[in-house]
Amino acid sequence: MSGMKYTLFFKEATPEDYVLLGGKGASLASMSAADFPVPMGFSVTTHAYAQFLKEGQLLETILDKVSRIDCSNTDELASNSEEIRELILSKPLPAEVENEIKESYRKLCEKAGIPNTLPVAVRSSATAEDLPDASFAGQQDTYLWVVGEAEVLRSVRKCWASLFTARAINYRKNQDIDETELLMSVVVQKMVNARTAGVSMTMNPINGDRSKIVIDSSWGLGEAVVSGEVTPDNFLVDKIMLQIISANIQEKNIEHVPDMVNKCVVTREIESERAKAPSLSDDEVIEICKISKIIEKHYKCPQDIEWAIDADLPAGENVTLLQSRPETVWSQKTIEKKKAVTGMEGILNTLMNPIGTKKSDS
Amino acid sequence: MSNKAFISPYDHQAPEGAEGWKELYPYYMTFHDNLKENEESKFFFCDSQHWPNVFKPFDAMTVEFAVKCLGQYNTRQWLIPPANGIDFKIHNGYCYMSPVGVDPEKIADRVPQFMERAGHYFQNWDSLIENWHKKVKDVIDEMEAVTFEPLPEVIDMEWVKNGIGLDPTYHMIQNYDKMIDLCYKVWMYHFEFLNLGYAAYLDFFGYCKEAFPGIPDLSVAKMVQGVEVDLFRPDEELQKLSRLAVKLNLQDVIQNNEIEKALRVMGGSAEGKEWIAAWEEAKYPWFNFTIGNGFYSTDKYWIDHLEIPFGYIQSYVERILKGETIERPTEKIAAERERITGEYRDSLPDEDAQNAFDQKLGLARVVFPYVENHNFYIEHWSMCVFWRKMRELSALFVGQGFFEEVDDMFYFRREEIQQLLFDYGRGWAMGVSAIGPDYLPTEIARRKKIIDALASAQPEPAFNNPPEVVTEPFTIMLWGITTESVQGWLSSEDTGNNLKGMAASPGKVEGRARVISSSDDLGQLVEGEILVTRVTAPSWAPVFGKIKATVTDIGGMMSHAAIVCREYDLPAVTGTGNASTKIKTGDMIKVDGGAGTVEILA
Repeated sequence: MSGMKYTLFFKEATPEDYVLLGGKGASLASMSAADFPVPMGFSVTTHAYAQFLKEGQLLETILDKVSRIDCSNTDELASNSEEIRELILSKPLPAEVENEIKESYRKLCEKAGIPNTLPVAVRSSATAEDLPDASFAGQQDTYLWVVGEAEVLRSVRKCWASLFTARAINYRKNQDIDETELLMSVVVQKMVNARTAGVSMTMNPINGDRSKIVIDSSWGLGEAVVSGEVTPDNFLVDKIMLQIISANIQEKNIEHVPDMVNKCVVTREIESERAKAPSLSDDEVIEICKISKIIEKHYKCPQDIEWAIDADLPAGENVTLLQSRPETVWSQKTIEKKKAVTGMEGILNTLMNPIGTKKSDS
Repeated sequence: MSNKAFISPYDHQAPEGAEGWKELYPYYMTFHDNLKENEESKFFFCDSQHWPNVFKPFDAMTVEFAVKCLGQYNTRQWLIPPANGIDFKIHNGYCYMSPVGVDPEKIADRVPQFMERAGHYFQNWDSLIENWHKKVKDVIDEMEAVTFEPLPEVIDMEWVKNGIGLDPTYHMIQNYDKMIDLCYKVWMYHFEFLNLGYAAYLDFFGYCKEAFPGIPDLSVAKMVQGVEVDLFRPDEELQKLSRLAVKLNLQDVIQNNEIEKALRVMGGSAEGKEWIAAWEEAKYPWFNFTIGNGFYSTDKYWIDHLEIPFGYIQSYVERILKGETIERPTEKIAAERERITGEYRDSLPDEDAQNAFDQKLGLARVVFPYVENHNFYIEHWSMCVFWRKMRELSALFVGQGFFEEVDDMFYFRREEIQQLLFDYGRGWAMGVSAIGPDYLPTEIARRKKIIDALASAQPEPAFNNPPEVVTEPFTIMLWGITTESVQGWLSSEDTGNNLKGMAASPGKVEGRARVISSSDDLGQLVEGEILVTRVTAPSWAPVFGKIKATVTDIGGMMSHAAIVCREYDLPAVTGTGNASTKIKTGDMIKVDGGAGTVEILA
């Protein structure tokens, strides 16, 4: 089927294409278009997945299996999930899909100056994943330090298959998400050699205060922070003044780092001195905040941003964006605030209430 | 809450050689043995922000008038529901304050009164302020009109022929009383708007602290602070004169000469005359500006010490020639103020919150110019005239052999001066010598010794038991005294090389400390040093171009030091309690104005 785009580089995707890219992919494409420092890469579009289902005549089989699953029966859920995923991993790819993915990976390798062996991250980017009311980030897969065409192809399939983990199926059933509409895009992106990585949120998730940015950060790849394996350093920053209000430096005992020889990610212990040291300098915190602020302005709503400090890049240019999503918890909530008293009543109120208790800065 | 308490004033001894110091001050300003139990039940903090130095007896009048007038508004005019005035004492030469609360049962009754009284001022703020400026100007004009002349050989013939029936001692004594009255009056005016201004500021401050938990105090200050501020005018006038000097190619004359010679030389050229005309123009009223804080007879005012503004002009000219920008970046400050305000406002969750924000900020911005500017009109301009007239009177005494030097008069309490005047007039009337010239020198020497002895010791940060929580709004606002800072003083001996204060102006720097104990020592500051001092005065502004940061012992977010540092983009930590004694000149220190910390490195 010619004219159908199975892959799209972030830079070449236009807003009309975003529907094909899933949440993550669309976000990366729009950030690239806005010249945000995202690592280069491409999306395997939903057309590719749809074509795969079509050629393999998989859709009916899958829908049928899923519809018959009784989620209260965990064994049944697990075995059906396993069968569906096996099906996705074993069916041959349509030739044009396979060729286009290979071609795009080759191009990416060339651009990065590492022919044929550029380490990439392969991430799922489901169309439903980033709906503001369906925050199930982390329920699909991410494969890091993937090297070579064959591995890239395998990881793309694994991402597709991850739509049908027991957890994901169960979640969709509970949320009444229509299975027939379900599509998936996959992002293939240059790996960042992360010295430090983490998440920034352009509001304070503790109280919904939008004048703050909160950063969680730890050594190595971001997985340590996202998965909750370490207690990350935590920074509270005033968004308007770009001033660090508090910095909670934790002891971060492990980090995820690439094992280049075995082409995988390994977990290693961090020596005590570095474990206790801040994983970001103050300047880096401020730089991340500046970028986060621009991203929030671009999307016009509070964002949840994954970033990394690339060890290969010079200071000042080393903040790299991995993805940005709309913040989903507070934006759904009406913040309960007692109505502020103004005028003379307000002044009276201020004089009558011990302001000393409001005084603390940290 | 620790059980630690500050020393009782009854256990805090005067330094050796200061015996008899209490007689130098009014009886109601010292601690009395028969009131020990009552006095020890109050918490007193040292106000070294306004009165960093030991008082000469006459100068103690400034704290009497100022703090008494502060009290009259809280207690008797506005009926601020939870807060009366501030009790004050002089102990071992330094001044200590104790906020007076209102009996909790009476607070509610004061509310309707407060609403009506203060409400009237808030509603008519602009017209009342306009009237205030007239009243203050009248006081200044009245003070300017007062003169002190030596008594004539004989009573004027005109007085005889007109049947006046009085002699010049009558007006001399009256003029002195009038000066004291006018000074008292202007201190009433000083507080007429101040506490209400702070209350409106605090209301917005409190709102921001709730709406944006953790918001830096500085943000609130930046949203409220004015751009065109009268208090900065004197410095701006010097900057304009410096620019003009360079434009007229007068830099060599100005840089290579002392003021008298420079003015003489400039008088000989058209360009020079143009500059002198501008210099004369700038003097009134802007050179009625002190490098002190207006509270001491020793404060030097530019108008009386033209070498001071001229010296600042010399250093401005030097910086202009180096290509530096000397002016406050007012456009940048204004744009930044709008950006900050807009972004905080946009961070609010809904329209209701934004309306409250607009309303409170609006009011704070209406009242705040007074908070910033009153200082020029009272402490600088009015007090400049007051002290000048008092020195004129003292010079008259010097001429009559009462004193050796002009400063001597200030070793007497204000009511003692009436005795001296009477002594002078009485001798003149009887045709005999006054007693003063014979009696006073020994007494002055005795008093000088006492004052010097008192000044050899530092004040205590506070006396007695600290309150559980500091809730008095003005104490927090004006003095930066919070529950935490008081606890900080108590534990200050344990903090080693780390000091904590108020995050008054952000930025981090490291540098050599220069500890300055009086404005006369400002000349010691070397480019790039960090100024460490008990308290700064806004009139020190011209040295702020030289320094990297400021650290003070006492002062809140809205202390004059904090305001000036923010204007000049310098990191500042205020209210550290004891930085000026812990840090020594030459120490390497690290100042974090955003966190409010100072570290002594070596």
